[in-house]
Amino acid sequence: MELIWLIPAFPVLGFVLLAALGRRIGDPGAGALGTLAVVGSFAASVAVALTLAQEPEGSRQVTQTLWAWIPADSFQVSFGLLADELSLMMCLFITGVGALIHVYAIGYMKGDPDYARFFTYLNLFIASMLLLVLGDNLILTFLGWEGVGACSYLLISFWFTEPANASAGKKAFVTNRIGDFGYMLGTFLVFVTFGTIDYLQIDQAAPGVSAGTATAIALLFFLAATGKSAQLPLFVWLPDAMAGPTPVSALIHAATMVTSGVFLLTRLSPILEAAGWANDLIAWVGAITALLAAGAAVAQNDIKKVLAYSTVSQLGFMFIAIGSQNYVGALFHMITHAFFKALLFLGAGAVIYSMAHEQDMRRYGQLRRYLPVTFATMFIGWLAISGIPPFSGFWSKDEILAGSFQVQPAGQLLWVAGIIAAVLTAFYMTRLMLMTFAGGTEQWRTPAAESLPEVPGDDHTDDHTDAHAGAHDDHHAHHLTPEHNPKDAPVIMLAPLVILAVFAALAGLLNLPFADQLHFLDHWVEPVLEGQSGLPSAAVQWGLALVSIVGALLGVWFSWRVYQQHRVDRAKLEQPVLAHAWYIDDSYARVAGGPGEAAFQGLADFDHEVVDGAVRGVGGVTQQAGEAVRGIQTGFVRSYAFGIGIGAVALVLFAVVRMSL
Amino acid sequence: MIASESLNWLVPALILTPFVGAAVLALMPARRAELFRPVALLFSATTGILSVYLLTQFDGSEAGFQFALDQPWVERLGISLTFGVDGISLFLVVLTGVIFPIAMLGATPHHDPKPYYAWLCVLMGASMGVFTALDLVLFFVFFELVLVPMYFLIGLWGYAERTAAATKFFLYTMFGSALMLVGLVATAVLHQRGVGGQLTFDLLEIARDPAISTNAARLIFVAFAVAFAIKVPLVPLHTWLPDAHTQAPTAGSVILAAVMLKLGTYGFLRFGIFLFPEAAVWAKPVLLTLAVLGITYGAIVATMQTDLKRLVAYSSIAHLGFIVLGIFSLTVVGIEGGVLVMVNHGITTGALFLLVGMVYERRHTREISQLSGLQKSAPLLAAVMTVVVLASVGLPGLNGFPGELLALLGAFQTSRVWGVIAVSGVILAALYLLWAYQRTFHGPATGENATVRDMRPSEFLVMAPLLVLIVVLGLFPGLMIDRMEPSVKALVAHVDEAVDGFSETRYEFVGPSPESSPESSDGHSGSGGGEG
Repeated sequence: MELIWLIPAFPVLGFVLLAALGRRIGDPGAGALGTLAVVGSFAASVAVALTLAQEPEGSRQVTQTLWAWIPADSFQVSFGLLADELSLMMCLFITGVGALIHVYAIGYMKGDPDYARFFTYLNLFIASMLLLVLGDNLILTFLGWEGVGACSYLLISFWFTEPANASAGKKAFVTNRIGDFGYMLGTFLVFVTFGTIDYLQIDQAAPGVSAGTATAIALLFFLAATGKSAQLPLFVWLPDAMAGPTPVSALIHAATMVTSGVFLLTRLSPILEAAGWANDLIAWVGAITALLAAGAAVAQNDIKKVLAYSTVSQLGFMFIAIGSQNYVGALFHMITHAFFKALLFLGAGAVIYSMAHEQDMRRYGQLRRYLPVTFATMFIGWLAISGIPPFSGFWSKDEILAGSFQVQPAGQLLWVAGIIAAVLTAFYMTRLMLMTFAGGTEQWRTPAAESLPEVPGDDHTDDHTDAHAGAHDDHHAHHLTPEHNPKDAPVIMLAPLVILAVFAALAGLLNLPFADQLHFLDHWVEPVLEGQSGLPSAAVQWGLALVSIVGALLGVWFSWRVYQQHRVDRAKLEQPVLAHAWYIDDSYARVAGGPGEAAFQGLADFDHEVVDGAVRGVGGVTQQAGEAVRGIQTGFVRSYAFGIGIGAVALVLFAVVRMSL
Repeated sequence: MIASESLNWLVPALILTPFVGAAVLALMPARRAELFRPVALLFSATTGILSVYLLTQFDGSEAGFQFALDQPWVERLGISLTFGVDGISLFLVVLTGVIFPIAMLGATPHHDPKPYYAWLCVLMGASMGVFTALDLVLFFVFFELVLVPMYFLIGLWGYAERTAAATKFFLYTMFGSALMLVGLVATAVLHQRGVGGQLTFDLLEIARDPAISTNAARLIFVAFAVAFAIKVPLVPLHTWLPDAHTQAPTAGSVILAAVMLKLGTYGFLRFGIFLFPEAAVWAKPVLLTLAVLGITYGAIVATMQTDLKRLVAYSSIAHLGFIVLGIFSLTVVGIEGGVLVMVNHGITTGALFLLVGMVYERRHTREISQLSGLQKSAPLLAAVMTVVVLASVGLPGLNGFPGELLALLGAFQTSRVWGVIAVSGVILAALYLLWAYQRTFHGPATGENATVRDMRPSEFLVMAPLLVLIVVLGLFPGLMIDRMEPSVKALVAHVDEAVDGFSETRYEFVGPSPESSPESSDGHSGSGGGEG
């Protein structure tokens, strides 16, 4: 148990070594070292988890204080780790999925001139993420929270010579900082309410908190979560974040970092329990985000953008669960999503890798013949995300929907929104699979591929994410030619795909709904959670599950008609408003770039013209006054004496006034 | 208040060593040009080592002044040579000791090295004097003395518009000083009238029992406050700073940011709040408002700057806003945050100016629009810049964070509205710094930017101690907090004692209780701790 510190220590060590010696170790040594660090951390997590599991239920909480970090008077922040059911579950999947993605990146980043720098950042990310989940207080979690944000920034702008990538990195960081505003205020409010920021003490004191305070705290932390977990209104950075190398998208922008908000709110479930309508707001923001993002995913042609909007949408499902106080459902979906979305991203990366870094699905087609392994594994990922039983996504999504059904008030509406989003999910994922792996012709060989028919609203994608495809460093800068013969990526990239596919298929076993003994996840995290709501009766659950299976099949079928059989004109579906993701990002950009920048510039001009202008004015007046009174310098002693006399009188007057004060 | 008088030669040594250095430099023959830098380094580094020695000898459990020395000077007027170091000034002394040698190493003058290094030595000695003087007149003398070398450094070794900037800097701060002089004479005179006996300018003696009427004390406080506000600077009295910073040579900018801007905030603590606690509580809303204004306004104006150095200058205004915010929260946590920011802003912004200086040396421009893609040609420079920028943004784990956090928390505890607005400053800091980094270091390396030389090992060695401090003080701010806490607590207790009904914290926390009583507390139970 005293080994908890080893979990983050491995990637910290990896980071330090890579930062110092990475360039010298080079390719592939740096990748191997980075991977080893994460594997070590995984081993440590397993060891700690096994030890913890031997403790009796209810006493699986071990804290380890490494040092007093910010010991200021009554505000004592320790650098302390908390190992409990929740944090270790997180550690296991962060390091597990993280290790696989590191292995994959050894192949994907091969030949990149900044190979070592990539793994340096990646290890720092894992370390930060682990501190985020292991921190025993809000401020140490904040260190991880900001650390992963910084790594995300560094990795999105990894190929920094392309302005769009650099811009996307900054956008991610600044947008997240808006969320951090909520995080800091939430922490302060917790401190002045409870006199502590340690989770264990908050848990104990939370039942005594008033509804108003709990609601305020919940809303502030939810604001933080909308930033990190890409929910309305702050989701706009995530689609742009696809500018980063694909392993980054899989690790940070799908599997781990973006789930931080879900984790945080789960951690604070004792406060959420008392937070009243804040829960409804969380559920509805999640539902609306799930719907809008799924709609946007329908009209994207960049394969990574489809997955990005899909991630936003799936995170929305998790927030539906949080708002329904169905924390187990949220965690369950977080885990299954980590597997199948990491799988899909890495699969997409393998496709991109094989297709000379082309990301436009309109230039794909028939790739199942060329990339059999990639196809087979992504096929499983597709089944999982679309909600086809018995693959993992079905079980977790269904648990969320069942939980939402009985929320008061309007739970049924919440459920309907979720079902629609689920149907859309099946639709756009089938679309992605068909455009990439099936769909009649090998599009990159057709002359039309050179001058693609512009799909409405597609224009804006070109100057964003796919821009890096041909632009970053030399070895990636191939161009897709009609003669190109794609073949599967090397084994080092395929092996992680296969492993993830197994998990994406089977992760449902963690929490099958049939019998209480099968609720492994339930039983494991239950002691950490407060106010976990129950699920509807078995009969209702069966009914709901049936509806969602039919819905998923409907989505698949309709997509098949459009993209395989071409019975429906796709242009009718892929409206510009969807391609532009409801113009939300565009509106922000217009406000920030228009009135926003004008206001900033106005203030800068005000500073120069008015504030400094006044100072310059005083200077000028003084100078002129100086010129004017030069005449007083007469040289006559009597006139000076007169002046002195006046001064003395003034001083006496001053003293008199003074004494009467 | 005097806790110990042992090792009382240390403080005079800290002040005199650089002055001796300046004298030696002045007497050296002009033709031995190659020796000026080593000699200046020798004396400043010796001072730095002495300051670190002082740190190791400092007793962190004591609230009062240590290494105290009290020698009569002008006895008839009650002016004496009183020095001492407590937990609040300790780290400013050490910062001064450390940053001067680094600034001398980090940048060289293009002409007249002899007076350049001599003035830097004078500046170092005077700065040490300001942070250790415990006599009003003595403080004032050093406070003024600091102006002279800085005036010459800007005016003689600065950039194109150096003369105007130096004059503006000098006159603006002199104006404040005039007010302060009136204030401190009035303080001593009124004190003598109140308690009878000898005229004295002894800070500790006056503070023990000022015997000055409330209204008079408030007036004097305002006089001090204006002088300090110019020095900080607080918006709207800040416009000398961007000019001075932009036109100053690199070493001048480093010292200006790291040491000289702290004279104002230190003055607020030592001569504002300590001498006139009631007036400080009275003026608190105004100063908090100005602090918040500085945080937001400085950040917004920084965002729109086109000159890299001007941008950093405006970022200083925002950071100094955090210091004033923390100090005038008048809470232990907030003041500790303020002192932490004082020191850590010195480290990060000093580092930023050194880095901007390196960019200028290579590209001969600081115009953001002229720079692009420097990370491609100078990856090590970019890496160091990234760390420093992230520290300045306030990333937890680096040194900018703990101070900002505590200052904001202090404000939130007692003055919630100001605290909430001030937190928005963390968004803006990310905006202006990362945007500037994006435009200069990211993007394609165009034109001359493609052939910029990377950091030399010698340049890296200059930055290395600052980088170490950035990480160590980010992970172990307790090293500082523990040593300053007794002094800060004593200061807050002093305010508490002087102001009836002022109390730092009045919280009833929600505790673990089996039968919950939701009405026992709501989040607002702590508000209103002593305004008005």
